[in-house]
Amino acid sequence: MTSNLGKKDVPPYPLDQERREFLKIGLKITGVLAGGSILSLVSTLNKAYSLDIFRDKYPYKPHYAMVLRQDRCIDCKKCMIACVSANTVPDYGWRTQILKRDLASSLDQKWEFIPILCNQCNNPPCVRTCPTTATYKNKINGIVQMNNKKCIGCKSCIMACPYDARYYNEEKGAIDKCDFCFESRLSKGTNTPACVQACPSDVRVFGDVSDPKSRVFQLVHQLQKPVWVLREHIGAKPNIFYMKG
Amino acid sequence: MAIFGKGFFISSLKTAFQRVCSGGWLYLFFVAAFGIMLFIGIGSGIHALFIAGSRHAYATSREVPVAILISTYIFFVVGSTGLCLVSSLGHVFGMESFLPLAKRCVYLSIITILSGFLVIGLEIENPFRMAVYNVISPNFSSNIWWMGTLYGFAVVFLTIEFIFLFNEENHHKAVIAGFLGVVTEIAANSNLGGVFAMMNGRPFWYGPYFPVYFILSALITGCAFIIFFFFLAHKAVNKEAFDDFTAKALQSVSKLTLLLLAIMMIFTLWKFLTTSVGSPGAVTALNILTDGSYSFNFWAIEVLGGMVIPFVLILAGKERNLTVMFIASALMIFSLFFTRMDMVVVGQLVPQYFELGVVEYSKLHTYFPSVHEILVVLGGISFCVLAFLLGEKVFSGFAENQQTEHIQEKEPEVVGAEETV
Repeated sequence: MTSNLGKKDVPPYPLDQERREFLKIGLKITGVLAGGSILSLVSTLNKAYSLDIFRDKYPYKPHYAMVLRQDRCIDCKKCMIACVSANTVPDYGWRTQILKRDLASSLDQKWEFIPILCNQCNNPPCVRTCPTTATYKNKINGIVQMNNKKCIGCKSCIMACPYDARYYNEEKGAIDKCDFCFESRLSKGTNTPACVQACPSDVRVFGDVSDPKSRVFQLVHQLQKPVWVLREHIGAKPNIFYMKG
Repeated sequence: MAIFGKGFFISSLKTAFQRVCSGGWLYLFFVAAFGIMLFIGIGSGIHALFIAGSRHAYATSREVPVAILISTYIFFVVGSTGLCLVSSLGHVFGMESFLPLAKRCVYLSIITILSGFLVIGLEIENPFRMAVYNVISPNFSSNIWWMGTLYGFAVVFLTIEFIFLFNEENHHKAVIAGFLGVVTEIAANSNLGGVFAMMNGRPFWYGPYFPVYFILSALITGCAFIIFFFFLAHKAVNKEAFDDFTAKALQSVSKLTLLLLAIMMIFTLWKFLTTSVGSPGAVTALNILTDGSYSFNFWAIEVLGGMVIPFVLILAGKERNLTVMFIASALMIFSLFFTRMDMVVVGQLVPQYFELGVVEYSKLHTYFPSVHEILVVLGGISFCVLAFLLGEKVFSGFAENQQTEHIQEKEPEVVGAEETV
């Protein structure tokens, strides 16, 4: 260095500038990596936080919810039969259904069954869109219910529902949907919806998710097995939780 | 105001009836034909809703709950908003070149909105409950409630405006009613877009695009309706040449149409570009339009027939050739009808659980209108055309005394309309 500095034709600053440039590049790379880490951390936190929103915010008492342990489902359809019977569901409609996923490439089971029903959302798009408040969120237990006499049959709630949980019932002259059997059973003193009682493999666990003693609460709040909801990105905040095991 | 006197009213009705009867056999034939089609359409809707059941008579389903009847409603009410907006440029906002359009435009705005109401009235399962519970049990967070209510108010304001437009003394009241009509129409129209834009479960619709698009689209539909119906009114119904003021007004409308078409093309391009990098559900819906079962509708009818050809035609006609403008407007109206249907239907063809990869929702839904639905649509169109035909005679071709007198204070410009027609 001293020899270089001694030379008149080589000014000292290019080396310093070079070093500074190098340091700048190094800092930039570090910054990008650090920034990326922070961003990834933030996105991870967001995911965790959004789940916490589901777990911690239960504005109703009892806050009815259902956990579906989908790997236990054997597609016997007893839940669907019980639902039809309890709620007089016509043959052209359904309140609950079992979907089938083809897993031909998997090493063990070749089919997976996914029960679906109204998700009784905390932020229900159907309730927001209904022009006459014919569909509403029960202020006590959070169940999304129908007031048939107010239903004008515009079907905007069917369009708005992200879970295909609604259909027009000709006999009722109104939209029909799952209400956790509130009208047919819960309001008459029975503790469980018909589908829950009919399920032979205990797929459907129903109860008050705000009650720490309930099975639903314990299943949703355990950390050993992942719990998820369908179409979470829509932001409807469903009360139907899925898990395996 | 003598206009509301009982004797005046009865004598006016008599003379109006005489004018209708003196319209000539071809005119009366069309009145009768559209009248019959209107009754068939209403009968078809009543049969579907109250006798056969919409599940049997209409092709809608749980998966595609609303389709051509809602899109026809949208077609009409959006057109009504456009008519109201374009006509208001003249007599509400003082743009003189648009003044001669006022009366007929307001009338067309009223009849298009009523055509829309007729069709949706035959689509909604319980229209009578709607009349009651929309009033006593409103949901203020519902875009549909706002849309319906505001369009209801718009009809009232437009009717008041229309009545006042016929009375020179009340022109300022017509301006106030017209302004209120414009405000309610825009709000209703935007809420109609909001019905789709707020559906967060339907990725093709969801987002801020549609409330804005609907206003732009309303203006285009309004311009197309104005050129189409004014040409028919002058050339086919009243068989009279365009006066210079009306011809100049139509040229202004066609200039506006050119601008709006250009904006629409940019809008459509960006909608498609942004959707193409969106969620899988939105991309799948987009593919249905661009490369699937609705691609002919989209490329041939919407893009070519509704935007490119009309744009070229109006441009080639130098915005003066009224026959070319009429052809362009007819193409646009035809195209806009399908544009509405494509938007409503394609947004529902991707199943809600499509991304879940389950057997039951692995295929796209399909929809093709039933005979009942087509008849109801034809009934709605017939109502509009019939009301137009009758209006031309009842209101004596909407003689523009008030507007032309106002303009005639200035020297009329020679626009050469007669040479080009």
